[in-house]
Amino acid sequence: MTTFLLRRLAGHAVLVVLAASAAYLLAAAALDPRSNYADRSPRPPDAVVDAELTRLNLNDETPLPQRYAVWARGVLHGDFGRTWQGEPVNDELWRRLRVSLRLLAAGAVLGGVLGVLLGVYAASRNGRMPDRLITFGSFLLLAMPVFVLAVLLQLAARQVNEFTGLRLFEWVGESSPGAGEGPFGPLGGFGDRIRHLLLPTATIALAQFSLYCRYQRAMMLDVLDADFVRTARAKGLRRRDALLRHGLRTALIPMTTYFAYTFGLLLLGAMFTEKIFGWHGLGEWLVDSITRGDVNVVAAVNCFAAAAVLLAGLLSDVAYVVLDPRVRRRAA
Amino acid sequence: MSVLTVRDLHVTYPPGVRAVRGISLEVGAGEVLGVVGESGSGKTALALAVLGLSPSGADVRGSVRLRGRELVGRSDAEMSLLRGRDIAMVFQDPLSALTPVHTVGDQIAETIRVHAGATRRAARTRAVELLDLVGIPDAPRRARAYPHEFSGGMRRRVMIAMAIANDPVALVADEPTGGLDVTVQAQILDVLRVAREATGAAVLLITHDLGVVAGVADRVMVMYAGRAVETAPVDQIYHRPRMPYTIGLLRSLPRADGTVRPVPIDGAPPSASAPPAGCAFAPRCPVALARCGDTVPEPAPVGPGGHRAACFNIEATADLDAVFPHRPAARRPEAPARHRRPVVLQVEDLVRHYRQRRGGPVHAVDGVTFDVRAGETLGLAGESGCGKTTVLMEILRLARPQRGRITVFGEDTAALAAADRKRLRRDLQVVFQDPFSSLDPRMRVADILAEPLSAHGMPGPKIQLRVRELLGVVGLQEEHACRYPRGLSGGEAQRVGIARALALEPRLLLLDEPVAALDASVQAGVLELLDELRARLGLSYLFVAHDLAVLRHVADRVAIMYHGRLMEIGAASAVYQRPAHPYTRALLDAVPLPDPLRERKRRRIPLQGDPPDPFAPPAGCRFRPRCPRYTALRNDALRRRCETSDPALHVLDPSVDRQVACHHAEGAK
Repeated sequence: MTTFLLRRLAGHAVLVVLAASAAYLLAAAALDPRSNYADRSPRPPDAVVDAELTRLNLNDETPLPQRYAVWARGVLHGDFGRTWQGEPVNDELWRRLRVSLRLLAAGAVLGGVLGVLLGVYAASRNGRMPDRLITFGSFLLLAMPVFVLAVLLQLAARQVNEFTGLRLFEWVGESSPGAGEGPFGPLGGFGDRIRHLLLPTATIALAQFSLYCRYQRAMMLDVLDADFVRTARAKGLRRRDALLRHGLRTALIPMTTYFAYTFGLLLLGAMFTEKIFGWHGLGEWLVDSITRGDVNVVAAVNCFAAAAVLLAGLLSDVAYVVLDPRVRRRAA
Repeated sequence: MSVLTVRDLHVTYPPGVRAVRGISLEVGAGEVLGVVGESGSGKTALALAVLGLSPSGADVRGSVRLRGRELVGRSDAEMSLLRGRDIAMVFQDPLSALTPVHTVGDQIAETIRVHAGATRRAARTRAVELLDLVGIPDAPRRARAYPHEFSGGMRRRVMIAMAIANDPVALVADEPTGGLDVTVQAQILDVLRVAREATGAAVLLITHDLGVVAGVADRVMVMYAGRAVETAPVDQIYHRPRMPYTIGLLRSLPRADGTVRPVPIDGAPPSASAPPAGCAFAPRCPVALARCGDTVPEPAPVGPGGHRAACFNIEATADLDAVFPHRPAARRPEAPARHRRPVVLQVEDLVRHYRQRRGGPVHAVDGVTFDVRAGETLGLAGESGCGKTTVLMEILRLARPQRGRITVFGEDTAALAAADRKRLRRDLQVVFQDPFSSLDPRMRVADILAEPLSAHGMPGPKIQLRVRELLGVVGLQEEHACRYPRGLSGGEAQRVGIARALALEPRLLLLDEPVAALDASVQAGVLELLDELRARLGLSYLFVAHDLAVLRHVADRVAIMYHGRLMEIGAASAVYQRPAHPYTRALLDAVPLPDPLRERKRRRIPLQGDPPDPFAPPAGCRFRPRCPRYTALRNDALRRRCETSDPALHVLDPSVDRQVACHHAEGAK
């Protein structure tokens, strides 16, 4: 088991290095941070711009291999360099990562759990009314782009707020300034954060839900008529118990892989949600940095994303080994 | 008093497939009723309906009573109280029938806990006892293993342990020995016997194999197209069958004693979605009367012991030979003595090891030597995993083997150029086990047969003629040419497979279990065809089979393989009549005889253990760990010989064509 994990880890480390290097080289070759200075008034002299860019390792006059070497040396020491405004990338990366996690964790878990449960329920009612309703709902959600969903939810939330006369929902930013200083103290601050979380969480959960639901339904249909479920029923388990204890347990195994990779990708993929709800997370940062030509940020975020996806892969491998005894012997 | 009573049971699967059409049966406590039928006869549908486990959408009508209580129409909740406690089932395929992610101990314990409400610990202890009862060695440790860590035979034992966990009053076993090697099959039948004695349950034993029920069942019910066509005490069924189908089924069985040739039943069973108006067997029946075609015969008493048969022409079936007469053996052309005929295939010291990521190499084939001469059939037999198919694949590769030498028609395969190899392939063709998976489902029969011809550059018009000719050769009609494989019956599909192999007029056919996937009544027909083709076209066969009874009727010589090595090779008559190697003897002993009297009297030494994993063979003789002769040796010097020296094939008696790899071969001086 440990040797298996170590070998996987080593393989993944190589992949991360390749992905990060490719991302840096592409970003450094394609992006143009110099243009940011051209728009300034008064326009700084070329020599000053050059000096500043060189200091930040962003100067396109410096040969690419040389810039890459500087960047790589920094990364090896845990330093992703500086943004074009001269601030350290690391600090901002961690700050934004925490924002993204706060935004995504609840939504992803909620969407996953909900999707699995309804997928199982739909499969067990295969072809009947509940199955058709769930299938219709999940296809509706699948067909709807996230930004449409988010805007629809905001419209609905506005109606609720107006109807109740309370500000139950908030949809801009992570918190309202001064919420923690009200009559309820820090508790009020916490409540305010929850209030801000409701809509983006719902957006992410619904988008995730539809995928999980379809996937879990298909997995469950495979085991619905499986011989071992029939055996469980022949032992005296009711159909529902046989499906849950024997069918679901087996049908969940492939879902772990799916969940792990989806979460890894979601960290960046939630940029629409972040933009619409005004959360300053990783996805938003990446998009903004590309338009600004901020090479170091783009490379750092990409490097981080590669690491996240491969870490998720590693975790799913572990989960697989834990859940599926058939893999265990081969892995050991 | 009967424990399980079924009255006029009908099961219909959507869309209108009438799987069971009016079955009535009774099984008493401690009694075994064997239900025999070919694939599609509705026997599994019957079993599932008895337990109330028919797939959703199935329409079950009639009555199933367990100790007087009606089961049909009960809710899932009510049935779940009975299932596993009063009535239990042993399923057919134990790999898919056991949950892969729970340990077998937990799965057995669950059966107990669901009903008895025992504590987890008590249930686990009981599970270990049960595993011990069904003969799983080292039960406390093995209870913590997962299903995939067991061999096929051991998984069956687990299934049986699970079924008898709560001492059921009725036990339904669906093909409990299907797909097992004969040696393991004999063990499992013994376990079933133990299970019945331990529980005193009424047993419904469902199988396609008349040989299996002969030694185990008290009464037998024969099913055909969803109906019971004959029910009788077991001796009666085998010695005085009255329904023509039963007679045909019995006569189609190949027998390892080689006394009579199997007789095929022509035609195929009717489709279950449109059963015929009259007797379903009438179209295949040699003694059918006019009214058989439009009226369904009801089972009527025809003999003592509740012997009932559903047949209008009982008068005609009094004499079995009048229904399905034994056929004379196909006349073999006068062949010169074996040593005068040319060698078509020579295999010398063939080795094929598969390297693995971890652990040592798999010794699939570990030094095999034999030859096949023109016009003869060499049967290659052994348990699953012994390497017989690997031998076939190595020959088929026509390339340099890992070690040893393969010579096909005098040409060393190691020295072949690509063009030579293609030329040689014309002469060397193969027929696979599963006719459906070896035919492309998206090609018509005509295209399947034309493909090898066009691949070897035959012009189009000639191909059409040849395809028509081939269909005739294997006994198919021209209308079959435009069908797809799914529109064929199993026997027809295998005939297409044979026709494809014959397309290029080969001289040597490699046959990999060509009849193992076919029902007995169809099997006999294909065997007869193969025999006839060999005589007519002057072919040579290398015939791989696990079933020694089948080989008895087709092989001139047989080779018995174990763990990648030949144990015995020689003339079929010599090997079958006086097996010299203890392994050959054990294999022959394990073949069930379709004759209850002899089957009960037979004193057999069952081979213990499973076929070995083909990893590193043990020191000395590789059969030693399972060898009854080694176990019986009292002399230390003799035993040491088995432990230290690997026996090579040697001739026992120069007057007999036979070689044996055993230090203590039977008949040795």
